[in-house]
Amino acid sequence: MGTAHVYRRDHVNTDEIIPARYLNTDDQADLAKHCLEDLDPDFVNKVKPGDAIVAGEDFGCGSSREHAVWAIRGAGIQTVIAKSFARIFYRNAINCGFYIIESSDAVERISDGDELEIDYKAGLIRNKTTGRNIRFSPLPDFARQIVQDGGLLNHILKKSKHSLKKES
Amino acid sequence: MSMTITEKILARAAGLKKVVAGQLIDAQLDVVLFIDVTGPAAIKMLAEKGIDKVFDREKIVVTPDHFQPAKDIQSAELHKRLDDWAKRHKIKHYYKIGRAGVCHALLPEQGHIRPGEVIVGPDSHTCTYGAFAAFSTGIGSTDLAAAIATGKLWFRVPASMKFVLNGSLPAGVYSKDVILAVIARIGTDGALYKAMEFVGPALGDMSMEARMTMTNMAIEAGAKNGIIGFDKVTKQYLDEHLKDKKEYTIFESDRDAEYTAVEEFDCSKLEPMVALPHLPSNAVPIGECAGKKMDQAYIGSCTNGRIEDLRIAAKILKGRQVAIRTIVVPATPTIWKQAKDEGLFDIFYDAGCVISAPTCGACLGGFMGVLAEGEKCVSTTNRNFVGRMGHPKSEVYLASPATAAASAVEGKLTDPRRFM
Repeated sequence: MGTAHVYRRDHVNTDEIIPARYLNTDDQADLAKHCLEDLDPDFVNKVKPGDAIVAGEDFGCGSSREHAVWAIRGAGIQTVIAKSFARIFYRNAINCGFYIIESSDAVERISDGDELEIDYKAGLIRNKTTGRNIRFSPLPDFARQIVQDGGLLNHILKKSKHSLKKES
Repeated sequence: MSMTITEKILARAAGLKKVVAGQLIDAQLDVVLFIDVTGPAAIKMLAEKGIDKVFDREKIVVTPDHFQPAKDIQSAELHKRLDDWAKRHKIKHYYKIGRAGVCHALLPEQGHIRPGEVIVGPDSHTCTYGAFAAFSTGIGSTDLAAAIATGKLWFRVPASMKFVLNGSLPAGVYSKDVILAVIARIGTDGALYKAMEFVGPALGDMSMEARMTMTNMAIEAGAKNGIIGFDKVTKQYLDEHLKDKKEYTIFESDRDAEYTAVEEFDCSKLEPMVALPHLPSNAVPIGECAGKKMDQAYIGSCTNGRIEDLRIAAKILKGRQVAIRTIVVPATPTIWKQAKDEGLFDIFYDAGCVISAPTCGACLGGFMGVLAEGEKCVSTTNRNFVGRMGHPKSEVYLASPATAAASAVEGKLTDPRRFM
């Protein structure tokens, strides 16, 4: 279970999620300290492990920096629920084994501070605060497979049966 | 059945006769770009998984660019990780400082981009190379790690949107103004997950440099790739720059290929455009924003830091003085030397500009021109999100090199046609 942090706007971008001034590191814990800093400076103080970010259309637009996913994950966020995702952010999340939920319906039915319980397999969000259940379409099969394997590299290693581990 | 140019390139890369939009494919990669901010993370990930392999040391192109020369100790550590790795794997095309430059200007200039090929890079503006009738797109660090190790990546074949650019550009209006007008019309997610295919007579007047400015900003409309077909302008550039002269494959869209939308533009009616804070889609004609006071002008980046851009800016700055801080950043060492040899540096110096080493630098708020609270910058770059070039309360106004130069002279947003 976790609390929803709702940013009811579109185009929450990678510069807001993790400003480039912090890209001189790829350490998840360091990045997490600045997660959403330019959008909501108080976010890092209120976020708890298991919480969710909820936002509008085109979440994660802008840069290809995977640091955006790492910062969010490092801050303890279990998922991002958005009306739609920018392409590279979507891909990076899957590749990192980080579950995201694309659902306009869910975004409409969640308010800031709502307590959520999420069943990814069933495609169900239980909004404990409102008492309502929200259904969502789970990730496509290929993407779910990558997430379940723990990200793209694990997925590839599983398929390649360790042939990649040889020195080139 | 018919296909678009993007579908044809991806079909070839997947070893298939035919692909359709929405189809998942495994594509062979022809060129993998590797840079300083997102690349070292890929090295770390591979090491953590016990993978120490590169798929082809001749197909990976390495250049530090975002924070080069190192801006602080932590970036120096990233560069060190990059340097160790590139040397250990004997990466053939490793551009070290002195030859390193802003990647999307460097790779075409150094002849790494060939029509019909698939190029990926860990920077969202990797879509730039579509100007050469190639498929290219930005990826993250995990994708980069997979690409380095296997030479392959999964893709969903994008549907295509067609942008027909009619007429010819009036004096003072450039390809940057065209792409800003395109994004203003469709929005920053107007081409989400899609290919933006540019066609039409206005392209005939554009150099490869000018075309790259357009495909560079496809990502600012959410696109997976931007693409322009092959013509004599492409051929001439490639004849002058290609490293590997072996024959390349030229693909073109079938006449009856499918597009989810067709957008027409009369370029002869366009005016210089400025994208107001804080989205690239907030572009308006200069007439609607002229007079707004600026604190800095920035002329550079993978969008507009090429020699043609510097010539356009120099023409306006010649014999004049800038009224605000003006930073000129030639995108690569070759461009830097060309600008110096052509006397552009004298013009910039005399006008009161500062000339920097090639770097992505302040475009992304890294260094070499970061903005303070409340400051406004007219910039030839591609993105004007909150905090993009510095303080979260600073503002970025995207424009062409001509508009940036004219605005530098006046200290406020200015129509460049006044100086022509």
